[in-house]
Amino acid sequence: MKKVLLSENDRKKIMSAIKNFLLSLFRFIVIVGISYVILSPIIGIVSSSFFSNADVYNPMVYLLPQAPTMERYRLAMTRLDYWRTLGKTMLYSLSLMAVQVVICSMVGYGFARYSFPLKKLLFGCVVVMIVIPTHTIMLPIYVTFAKFDPLGLCTLFTGSSKNLLSSPVPMYIMTALGCGLRSGLYIYIFNQFFRGLPKEIEEAAFVDGASTWYTYFRIMLVNAIPSVITVAIFSMVWQYNDTFYSKLFLIDQKIVISKRIASLQATISNLDKVLDPTISQLYVYAGIVLVILPILIVYVALQKYFIEGVERSGIVG
Amino acid sequence: MKKKKMSLMAKRSITGYIFIMPWLVGFIVFYLRSLIMTANFSLSEISVAVGGGYNTKFVGLQNYLFAFRAHGSFKQVLTTSVGNMLIDVPLITFFSLLMAMLLNKKFKGRTLVRAIFFLPVIMNSGAITAAIEMSRQMLAGGLSASSAEIASASSGVGMAYYVQMFGNLGIPRNILEYIVAAVERINDIISASGVQIIIFIAALQSIPGSMYEVAKIEGATAYETFWKVTFPMVMPHIITNVVYTVVDNFAESEIVEMAYDTAFNDINYGLSSAMSLVSTAIVCAILVLVCGFIQKRTFYYN
Repeated sequence: MKKVLLSENDRKKIMSAIKNFLLSLFRFIVIVGISYVILSPIIGIVSSSFFSNADVYNPMVYLLPQAPTMERYRLAMTRLDYWRTLGKTMLYSLSLMAVQVVICSMVGYGFARYSFPLKKLLFGCVVVMIVIPTHTIMLPIYVTFAKFDPLGLCTLFTGSSKNLLSSPVPMYIMTALGCGLRSGLYIYIFNQFFRGLPKEIEEAAFVDGASTWYTYFRIMLVNAIPSVITVAIFSMVWQYNDTFYSKLFLIDQKIVISKRIASLQATISNLDKVLDPTISQLYVYAGIVLVILPILIVYVALQKYFIEGVERSGIVG
Repeated sequence: MKKKKMSLMAKRSITGYIFIMPWLVGFIVFYLRSLIMTANFSLSEISVAVGGGYNTKFVGLQNYLFAFRAHGSFKQVLTTSVGNMLIDVPLITFFSLLMAMLLNKKFKGRTLVRAIFFLPVIMNSGAITAAIEMSRQMLAGGLSASSAEIASASSGVGMAYYVQMFGNLGIPRNILEYIVAAVERINDIISASGVQIIIFIAALQSIPGSMYEVAKIEGATAYETFWKVTFPMVMPHIITNVVYTVVDNFAESEIVEMAYDTAFNDINYGLSSAMSLVSTAIVCAILVLVCGFIQKRTFYYN
């Protein structure tokens, strides 16, 4: 009797071990397959960025260059003015990210937890804001900032309207007013997250005598850390990659690295007389690697937070 | 007693307005005003004025009528764009939920895999996408790409072979075509679901662990746990993802491109505004329908 029980136990163990193994095998296959689809063009870019002139025209060379060279990176770095541009871009996108997180979480929280007249209509407006393709409204926005005159104040003090274009100021104004790059989406994400949090947290805070702002900044925002990190990552990456607004507002390419990479090929073929398009393309690849790398590092670094933050927050237990 | 309650309500609604105030101002200044201007454009003929600026001449619904009756491809592009969207959205949503669940488990190299899955989001910039397209053609090593293509074509195992094989097995043609379309788009679907995967991962992580403990103690199987715990808890984020997917899909669809070209290549801002407004209205209608449908089945804490 005892023996039979034991063997049944063993069988169960073996079965679950097999199940686990099959599951992880399945996961492994799926992940490897999808990673390949994602990575294959990137592998192409990285490997081509090391090709020397001879490798490009050698039909025997496949992915692994015979005479690898760092020349592409050296020149791309000089022409991009890499470190200085990167620093400025980072400053620009990180500051916008901070503004965006604060504003959008506030608005999302307002929509999630307070009821006020016209709430449904206003939230519908948030959705409309997400849906409208930005170029539908680009002309009016351009005109607004070319002749910037809020409530006639500029005319009152300086006698004429101000031209804010070709500086990052319009971007800061739009972001601070919750209308920056994909702000609608962030408001939506925050709204969904705050709605998912239990109301008991705020009630407890209220009973303990916390003010509205204290509750929001010190309690709700801390509880929403997963969403804060999510939005922060998106906001930074998209801001960093954005070329639409930087073109629209004529922001200097010394501040926006993604705008600079678009003209890299032209710069190199004109200034350095690399006239073969196949070869000047290689410099662009090196440039792309240089542009992607910092943002990837930031993501991997933030992602740790992402996981830790979640385990600390929430009302587990 | 009643009066006091009312005043508390009023107080709370004022606080609510204070919270949304920055956005409200921005929306009115940048979006509402711009939308009204765009609507105005769509009802008029725009001409560039001498010395900068523009003149508008009211022409009524002429732009809309032109788009629907006379324009060569507007209706066709509109229906294809909407059709593609309806195919892609469920695929992307389910794919990203599945991937998020896979990536949420603990395994070796998770950080690396998450970084890889995030790559398409980073690569989604105009300058970079264009360069990647070039690179894809050159992946096989410089100019030898063409010879590699010839080599793969001669091996004889391609998409058409499998379609025929499964067709012979008697799988219904419609289902087969949907699957084939899905497989052919796998690249697009993967690169379009980076954001959704991250939103889902965040959602999965915000589920309190105690819920799973309870389920385990009560003896629920993994299947039951998924449908009774995980799925309801990520439901609000399914809406977020559907909204995002629809919008993202729309922003990159041909119809938006067409409106853009009409405005800046053909310099017909009136017609372009009309096109944008029509397509935006359709997408909004789809969103309202889909979200209304999901929202009814969504569980919120409060």
